[in-house]
Amino acid sequence: MIASSPRKFTVLRIFLFLAFLAVPLAGVRAQDWVRTGTNLGVSKIRIAAADFKAASADPQTGGLKSAFDQTLYNDLRYAGIFDVVSKSMIPNATPGSPQEIKMADWSATPANANYVAFGALTPSGGRLAVQGYLYNTTQGQQNPQVLGKQYNGEATVDSARTIAHRFADEIIQQLGGIAGIAETKIYFVSSRTGNKEISVMDYDGMNERQLTHLGTVSLSPHVSPDNSRVAFASLGKNGWSLRMFSLDLGRLTAFPAWGGMTLSPAWSSDGAKLAFSSGRTGDPEIYVSDALGNGERRLTAFRGPDVSPVWNPKTNSQLAWVSGRTKLPQIYIMDSDGANISRMTDGGYAISPSWSPSGQFLTFAWDRKYGPGAPGGYDIYVMDIASKRWTQLTHDSGANDFPSWSPDSRHIVFQREQNGHTEIWMMLADGTDQQQLTHGGGSNTMPNWSWK
Amino acid sequence: MKYSNRTSLVVAASLAALLTVAGCHKKNSAPPPPPAPPASAPAPMATIAAEPSTIAPGGSSTLTWKTTDATNVSIVGLGQVASAGTQTVSPTQTTSYHLIAQGDGGTADATATVTVASAAPPPPSNIGESNIDENAFEGAVKPVFFDYDSYDVRPDAQSTIQANANFLNQHPGLKVVVGGYCDDRGSTEYNLALGENRANAAKQALAAAGVSPDRLRTVSYGKEKQFCTEQNEACWQQNRRAQFTLDQ
Repeated sequence: MIASSPRKFTVLRIFLFLAFLAVPLAGVRAQDWVRTGTNLGVSKIRIAAADFKAASADPQTGGLKSAFDQTLYNDLRYAGIFDVVSKSMIPNATPGSPQEIKMADWSATPANANYVAFGALTPSGGRLAVQGYLYNTTQGQQNPQVLGKQYNGEATVDSARTIAHRFADEIIQQLGGIAGIAETKIYFVSSRTGNKEISVMDYDGMNERQLTHLGTVSLSPHVSPDNSRVAFASLGKNGWSLRMFSLDLGRLTAFPAWGGMTLSPAWSSDGAKLAFSSGRTGDPEIYVSDALGNGERRLTAFRGPDVSPVWNPKTNSQLAWVSGRTKLPQIYIMDSDGANISRMTDGGYAISPSWSPSGQFLTFAWDRKYGPGAPGGYDIYVMDIASKRWTQLTHDSGANDFPSWSPDSRHIVFQREQNGHTEIWMMLADGTDQQQLTHGGGSNTMPNWSWK
Repeated sequence: MKYSNRTSLVVAASLAALLTVAGCHKKNSAPPPPPAPPASAPAPMATIAAEPSTIAPGGSSTLTWKTTDATNVSIVGLGQVASAGTQTVSPTQTTSYHLIAQGDGGTADATATVTVASAAPPPPSNIGESNIDENAFEGAVKPVFFDYDSYDVRPDAQSTIQANANFLNQHPGLKVVVGGYCDDRGSTEYNLALGENRANAAKQALAAAGVSPDRLRTVSYGKEKQFCTEQNEACWQQNRRAQFTLDQ
């Protein structure tokens, strides 16, 4: 634990400032508010990531070092809370230890960094050791060291990236106050093999791996909160049923095959319950069961499609879902016993809700002008649940669908179809900093962000 | 835990800030006006009918349509048309005429189908059940088509349902998969649910026409297995269907 620094108070003050501005959302009339150039606070923390020092002459070092340096840089950039100094503006130095860094070089123009991450990378005998430091560059500090961490792993590129993610998350936790997402995963549907199968990748789009090989159509992956299982829906001879893939065992595990179409599974945040859509009565309705698929209970009873449920992860006492009970699909919320139904969207074609980890917001896809003769142009929206006030995050960029919150609530991953290709993108939760994560090889759709 | 209180504050605060920041575009002390269209622009209405609705090959049918409050009226396949009118058509195969009326108050649509009766339908009772393969079955049991975002069996599909039911009642040993399909425009999960409703509506219609529901099994394909992949109404209509296949 570090000593409190003036900088940390500044960070806290920014968040308090933002919290004050958020008060109108709770029902009070909106304050005047002008959008500034930086969305997450007038002064993001300015941080520099030095290229790490290669502390051995092992021939592998080059590849490991570039993977590490690039991953750390990207993680800090994607975090959403930093103003990361461009690589072209940092001092031409690779300090490997506190003794080797000249702090004035990093605090001075053009870098102007308030913090600098640096360290050394030592591959030897098939192992990789990384020493990482985070220093406050402010002059005259008694204790400028914020972090000093030692990591060990295999001398592989994947391992170098993993270590960079862990170091980045330490930095983000320390300066941003909540856990980072650099070690999280994104589950999704890829048609790379010609069939829609469930795949997983790191949150930055690297390290992609196909999980299922069912040779049919598999959709709607949702990972369990403990990252041990992925629930999804798959088309078999008898129609759609839920399947369960064990990440620990690396294979499918038994799960009850109920009669009728079963779709769109979603975990409660305590991992104890599943919600899903079932057509066993001939009309798709929302049901819940326990995590093993036992004790299922029906929640909705209205004519028309009901699908895509998600839990309020803060309380697990509410669900949001999509219903076509008034024709075009709309977003609704209800209590987890089916009571207190409330319609959230006021028209158009609204689908694919995801509930923010804080419990306060929904993100979903919406085509507000949907209708016959008007081709779909879905965009991603965020709605404050208490006030039903919404804001549009994507504009004029293809058809966007299946948004999913990151565990830090700062990011949203989604699918975007452009020019006949569907790829997975992520952005900050205000719609800025949109990054494409997948690149070709079939369609990549229905992303689901892991819980940690 | 030293950070827990502050952490939750930070999460809520930063998110709320995101929404606030992105939600307001300019200085504006009044709440935003509701997005409803102005009262001066009533929603358009559209109707279309074909008389007769069933013709023999080479025959013709007369389309009659009417719209209100529309500035732009078109029939898919025929192009722009007057706000009301009639036109004689001679389709060579069963064709749906989709009327779209766009106005300041929104968009309305309606569909009329001209069914072209085949010249000499083979008497299905002559086919033994063991000789019925997938092709023969689909030649005799025709798909039914649905309107946009709807799972109601259209009046013009009733004759198809009745003919299908007659064939199935003459071949009581056959079991059938009723597949529900949707066009490409909706979302994946919602279309699977809607496809299930379509398959079930077709199943209920067959059951009402005397086919035992025990012989009918529904599977929704949503937009996962498309019959047609172009982005136009003719193609979307092809995909909005319940398709009947042998359950083997």
